[in-house]
Amino acid sequence: MRNNPKALTGLVALGVFVLFAVVGPWLAPFDPSTRSNDLLQPPSSAHWFGTTHLGQDIFSQVLVGTRSVIFVGAVAGVVATVLSVLVGVTAGYLSGSAGEGLSALSNVFLVIPALPLIVIITSSLPETSNLTIALVIGLTSWAWNARVLRAQTLSLRRRDYVEAARANGESTWRIILFEILPNLTAVIASGFVGTVLFAVISEITLAFIGVSDAGGWNWGTVLYWAQSQQALTQGAWWWFVPAGLAIALLGTALSLVNFGIDEYVNPRLRTRSSTRGVRMRVGFTPVLAKETS
Amino acid sequence: MKERILEVRGLNVDYGLGPESVRAVRDVDLTLHRGEVLGLAGESGSGKSTLAYGMTRLLPPPGIVAGGEVIYTLDDGSTVDLLRIRDADLRRLRWSEIAIVFQGAINSLNPVQRISTQLVDVLKAHSARSTPKARQDRARELLGLVGIASDRLHSYPHQLSGGMRQRVMIAMALALEPRVVIMDEPTTALDVVVQRQILRTLVELRERLGFSVVFITHDLSLLVEFSDRIAIMYAGQVVEEATSADLYRTPLHPYSDGLLHSFPALKGPRRELSGIAGSPPDLRSMPGGCPFHPRCGRAMDVCATRTPVLGQSTAGRSVACWLHPVSVG
Amino acid sequence: MSYLLKRIGFYLLTVWAAVTINFFVPRMIPGDPVQALITKQRGQMTSEAVRSLYVLFGLDKDESLASQYFSYLGQLLRGDLGMSFTFFPSPVADVIGDGLPWTVGLVGITTVIGFFLGTAAGAVVGWRRGTWADSLIPVTTFVSSIPYFWLGLVAIALLTGPGSFFPASGAYEIGLVPNWDWQFIGSTVQHGLLPGFTILISSVSGWILSMRNMMVTVSSDDYVTVAHAKGLPERRVMLAYAARNALLPNVSGFALALGFIVGGTLLVEIVFSYPGLGLQLFQAVGAKDYPLLQGIFLIITLSVLLANLLADVAYLALDPRTRREG
Repeated sequence: MRNNPKALTGLVALGVFVLFAVVGPWLAPFDPSTRSNDLLQPPSSAHWFGTTHLGQDIFSQVLVGTRSVIFVGAVAGVVATVLSVLVGVTAGYLSGSAGEGLSALSNVFLVIPALPLIVIITSSLPETSNLTIALVIGLTSWAWNARVLRAQTLSLRRRDYVEAARANGESTWRIILFEILPNLTAVIASGFVGTVLFAVISEITLAFIGVSDAGGWNWGTVLYWAQSQQALTQGAWWWFVPAGLAIALLGTALSLVNFGIDEYVNPRLRTRSSTRGVRMRVGFTPVLAKETS
Repeated sequence: MKERILEVRGLNVDYGLGPESVRAVRDVDLTLHRGEVLGLAGESGSGKSTLAYGMTRLLPPPGIVAGGEVIYTLDDGSTVDLLRIRDADLRRLRWSEIAIVFQGAINSLNPVQRISTQLVDVLKAHSARSTPKARQDRARELLGLVGIASDRLHSYPHQLSGGMRQRVMIAMALALEPRVVIMDEPTTALDVVVQRQILRTLVELRERLGFSVVFITHDLSLLVEFSDRIAIMYAGQVVEEATSADLYRTPLHPYSDGLLHSFPALKGPRRELSGIAGSPPDLRSMPGGCPFHPRCGRAMDVCATRTPVLGQSTAGRSVACWLHPVSVG
Repeated sequence: MSYLLKRIGFYLLTVWAAVTINFFVPRMIPGDPVQALITKQRGQMTSEAVRSLYVLFGLDKDESLASQYFSYLGQLLRGDLGMSFTFFPSPVADVIGDGLPWTVGLVGITTVIGFFLGTAAGAVVGWRRGTWADSLIPVTTFVSSIPYFWLGLVAIALLTGPGSFFPASGAYEIGLVPNWDWQFIGSTVQHGLLPGFTILISSVSGWILSMRNMMVTVSSDDYVTVAHAKGLPERRVMLAYAARNALLPNVSGFALALGFIVGGTLLVEIVFSYPGLGLQLFQAVGAKDYPLLQGIFLIITLSVLLANLLADVAYLALDPRTRREG
């Protein structure tokens, strides 16, 4: 990881967001819900990101909202990752109809459009808190990773050392825990990061269409109010630009971390493709100038 | 017979650039004459394939040709350096002058296109004026050459057996009647019976068509039977070069001797199989002196400190070993 | 053929799963939403409509779960998705029927165009690795992390307004009657451009990234080196050897990603007040119009499965290894 600048940049940016999630509510200059007389003001030294139609400080809303975003992303990521490991590894390890059944289950969840499913479930729930939203997202978005893990497990199962362990009569659980799982770490990590990204976008999307933690703030609720109060037609660009940029930055940070993991897993992707002015090219191996030979 | 067709001079091939780079082929000189079969042998990792792909500029990233010349003599007697001609010229020379049969035909064929398409592709690229009908006929004729029924022409690669795929690759290599064919372990992935059949086909075709061959394999006893001259590679360098007969009778380098005893001879008297202890050196941390000395049963003090160079030994043969003092120059 | 039959069997299983989810989810709704509606409409509802809603919500307390389930299935098979609360007294099926063509037109066309454009661009970027094309990667990464709807908001803020060519909302000019004349079609295209470009920009970048990675991976496969060794023209090697093979995982990726993409694109409709399923979903969430929500979920699932089936057929045509030939 250390000599992978992409992953490092992503991890640092991610760390900053997590830090804001923890200390954001204390750092925020205003209470995000408190109204003031500065109605719909553009950014100023008092209100860095401007104010809403009720005079609320948008900077504080975005800062305080970070916690909900990171919380939902992390909880949904953990739930989905645990489920995907359970279903994926089991489906890959078990032969016969049990494995096939679990694999079919994850394929079903994969092709059912996730967002509409999450919408109908969350809007039918008696109450929506950050936790229930995170759980619904986690419970519906494990299928992709389960599929990837199943394929990986299938190929690991045929490796010599696993066959040897099985021939030695080691218990299935021991083999899975000590021979298979350690080799899946990178894939599981990449799946976790991907799910966090999906969960964050889903939570924000839900909040944007009006399903969110009552009274709480996240970047999606900021955008919900901006949209419903016609921020666009009033030219209040500052109302929706900061929250959107925050999403894009967090998303980019997560993608960068995943690129790092991808390059670790698939060495062909490592871009040391042009160093010191020599372009690596398939089919025409570069020839160094005579002097350097 | 002694007309040179391909000459490699001082070739260096690296993996990677700068301080992390590893030299996989070091100062290799090699000459291929017209109509000759030149064998290139060594354990896996000895650099024999890297040499072949490096001199044709087909080595995938992070491979880099770090220096040297590859002089090819054209039909009219003029010469070109393959490492320094323009891409378009190299593309024109490829396959029409130098064709390659790659290791593992399973991966050499494009899985989503018919055999016919892949054969015709070559004909189309190098002789644009031929008619589609003529190209189809030629493709059918080529398959016949390697003993494949013409009704297989429109098959996909996955519908053919491993042996058939390798035959298709040989047919494809001969499509433009090249003067040089490089074969990189062309039969390794196949079972022994198929291996023999394909080699027999190759020998016949070479006698009929008269192309020169660079034949790469780790199986030295196969080479002894099939080639005129053999170069032995170890850790990226040529350590011995001799006619097959000489090498078989009296291998000079202890490594050649070891290689010869690693495989059962295909014919002739049985030899005792001993193999070579240890494994090839890590190219990142090569031992000082002769790279082979840690594994050599006949190593002397000098072997650990000074590197022997390839030169004419007293026996009139090329070898890089302190057991056989050479006259350099 | 057996491959396709297996896929169709799998899609039927998925339809059944979606229907079953739809049967159980409403049981979590607190209180009696139907009673609330009946009170609001003050007896304007026919007893038949009330009955169908009770089946939909599983409020038939006298019946066993199994018989509730079967009467629900039977109702669906007749095409009865219940009565919409917001568009009362229109049946859900009619409401969805109004929205579906707009969504299929906007989301369907732009998703397909996005896939082709992104795949083509990704093939070029992956092939030209080590040149200026690499600098596109950070840009596309950033763009693909932006939610579709936010990009729509930015597009509206920057490109619409008084005197702008692009309308900020709707699918056609207010006052026009939908029919097949040039004025209406022109207006539809004009209204569809901006939401379309929004979806295009967001979805293209994802395909560029995945196709680029596949090209890079495939480029070091042996048959590509062989194609170079054969001295084929660069274009031929890139298209017929590298891209042709890199396309396969991208097509199966297209089928798998559809569910995700559709979710994102529906949101664009909300931002642009585009009268498709996405906007109806938004209205249904706001009004707690459960029958409409469930209906939309079912229809979207069915559409995605249909698109999946088409992608399967495309894959079958592209990869000879999945075909069984005698």
